[in-house]
Amino acid sequence: MADTTAYDPLGAVGTWRRRQAKLIIYALLGLFALYYVVPLAVVVINSFRSLPDISHNGLISLPHSFSLDYWSSAWSKFCVGGTCNGIQPFFFNSVAMVVPATVISTAIGSLNGYVLSKWRFTGSETLFGLMTLGVFMPGQMVLLPWARVLGWLGLTNTIGGLVLIHCVQGLSFTTLFCRNYYVNIPDDLVKAARIDGAGFWRIFRKIVLPLSPPILIVTVIWQFTNIWNEFLFAVIFSSGTNQPITAALIALGTADTGVHQYGIESAAVLIAALPPLLVYLFGGRYFLRGLTQGALK
Amino acid sequence: MASLTIRGLNKSFGSVAVLKGIDLEVKTGEFVVLVGPSGCGKSTLLAVIAGLESASSGEIRIGERVVNGVPPKDRDIAMVFQSYALYPTMTVRGNITFGMESRGVPNKVQAEALARVAGLLRIESLLNRKPSQLSGGQRQRVAMGRALVRDPELFLFDEPLSNLDAKLRVEMRTEIKKLYQRLGKTTIYVTHDQVEAMTLASRIAVMHQGLLQQFAEPRTVYDRPANMFVAGFMGSPPMNFLPAEIAPSGRAAVVSAEGNGQGPQLPLPDEVATRVTGGRRVVLGLRPENLTRYDRRWAEERPHLATIEAPVVVVEPTGAETIVVVRIGSREVIARFEANAPPSVGETVKLAVDMAKACLFDPDSEMLI
Repeated sequence: MADTTAYDPLGAVGTWRRRQAKLIIYALLGLFALYYVVPLAVVVINSFRSLPDISHNGLISLPHSFSLDYWSSAWSKFCVGGTCNGIQPFFFNSVAMVVPATVISTAIGSLNGYVLSKWRFTGSETLFGLMTLGVFMPGQMVLLPWARVLGWLGLTNTIGGLVLIHCVQGLSFTTLFCRNYYVNIPDDLVKAARIDGAGFWRIFRKIVLPLSPPILIVTVIWQFTNIWNEFLFAVIFSSGTNQPITAALIALGTADTGVHQYGIESAAVLIAALPPLLVYLFGGRYFLRGLTQGALK
Repeated sequence: MASLTIRGLNKSFGSVAVLKGIDLEVKTGEFVVLVGPSGCGKSTLLAVIAGLESASSGEIRIGERVVNGVPPKDRDIAMVFQSYALYPTMTVRGNITFGMESRGVPNKVQAEALARVAGLLRIESLLNRKPSQLSGGQRQRVAMGRALVRDPELFLFDEPLSNLDAKLRVEMRTEIKKLYQRLGKTTIYVTHDQVEAMTLASRIAVMHQGLLQQFAEPRTVYDRPANMFVAGFMGSPPMNFLPAEIAPSGRAAVVSAEGNGQGPQLPLPDEVATRVTGGRRVVLGLRPENLTRYDRRWAEERPHLATIEAPVVVVEPTGAETIVVVRIGSREVIARFEANAPPSVGETVKLAVDMAKACLFDPDSEMLI
């Protein structure tokens, strides 16, 4: 268990100076918290303010009106790129992309990590080094190759194409996470299982996977958040009704009427941001725990 | 009949030769201990026998079958690891039956085998616990249970006691010996602890730098060590080595660090004297228990007794006995005294040396003469 008694660096100085120092610390922390919270607050408030209120009182202001209409129109009525179903279809495009991409890339990453840590072969370390190179590769570099590949496979402008891209692009991370976690599982466990008559898959299923939840949670959260929020591939490799929500938000900004619908835009942005936020709220704890925890107690 | 036969076994990791031409034959029902300092290759040898590492060259037979290239699960072996290697997410029951499940043993047979082993090791009450809920000694038992649930040709133990505290280690050592006496299964046991080797083994294989130094019964390894390495490794406190020269008569060793023929003379027993000639330089090996305060009754039982006068440097009482460091020539020598008659530091004591137990080594080859 973690040590819960906090270390107090000011334990040795007088009460007055301690108060002073604490005040400064909290003031600074408050300032930074404000810095992060204000933009979110502005968007949340604007999603409930009426258009005249915004145009009269400015974008950053306390609400003088309240309406839930923008949320429902953003979700299912507003016209984006010629169709008037709101961002709902794009939201489900994102779901259709992020779920398989997360599951597949995590599954393969886990398997990769298992092989690279427990079934080493000549060159496996080099292979691992090359795979992790992908972590540092900027997305722009792979745009052209992916365009060609999607063309060959006939997956241009499909959700399937984006799933493929995110699976492959995500492998570096998922492999890195899982491999570094599995390295801490004692090799003796694998040896004992081999003597017990278990093979490659049985050892993976019965011994490695049951030890994996902490790192799988980390990997799933990481992949889900990144793929959901991803913008570059979404905007380049999809168009029209096949766009994920991040790309569709742009189309929303250039709405048909020519008038900026701030309320609807704010609501749409919040809807788009909701899944990763929820994942963080419910899974963040496990994320931090998984990153810092060893494989075995 | 032999349960394990190893011929000309070599193992290298890259350019590092870890095992160099090992020959070993283990008879059915023997308890063989592989002992040596860390890095001597004993654990690698065990891994090669288990099939977890492959041999670079040489032949390994388990029973009558050559097993080079046979995967571990088909070698008819069971192994206990130093770390126990219990599957952390499974219960004790799951740990013990995992192997049988993997091999598709029917449930009824599994339950019987589990009950038998649990009874044997007295772990019935632990079956539903996870390894993390067990004490060190309990984990050790479960690890043995996992091996015992099979009825293999060979049991392999890789330093099974070294993670236990001193008291528990001695208890489990006795426990293992009892189990062996009861089951009589062929066992290969790796340890760096020479006391474990002496107490458990029917034969000891001493290893050093990838070479098998000696393979013999514990008594032989202790009394007639093949070379100075074995002599120094087995026994605690270790054997004393004194540079000496054989007197011109050929019937005594002259302990003389300077090599000038001056120094205390220690008469050699006849059977030793026949193996050396006068003037030869030797290393005289004396175990501490063969050096003690002169006592007439003690002397009467030992025909080949020599005496030396030596000043006491350090006195270390252990309770059961007293370890005394004395100076002979320019060398410090360890002797064992009875606990009730400790000498005082600075006193010159008359030491009795039991020359019947003395070993002579060649100073160049370090081999036993």
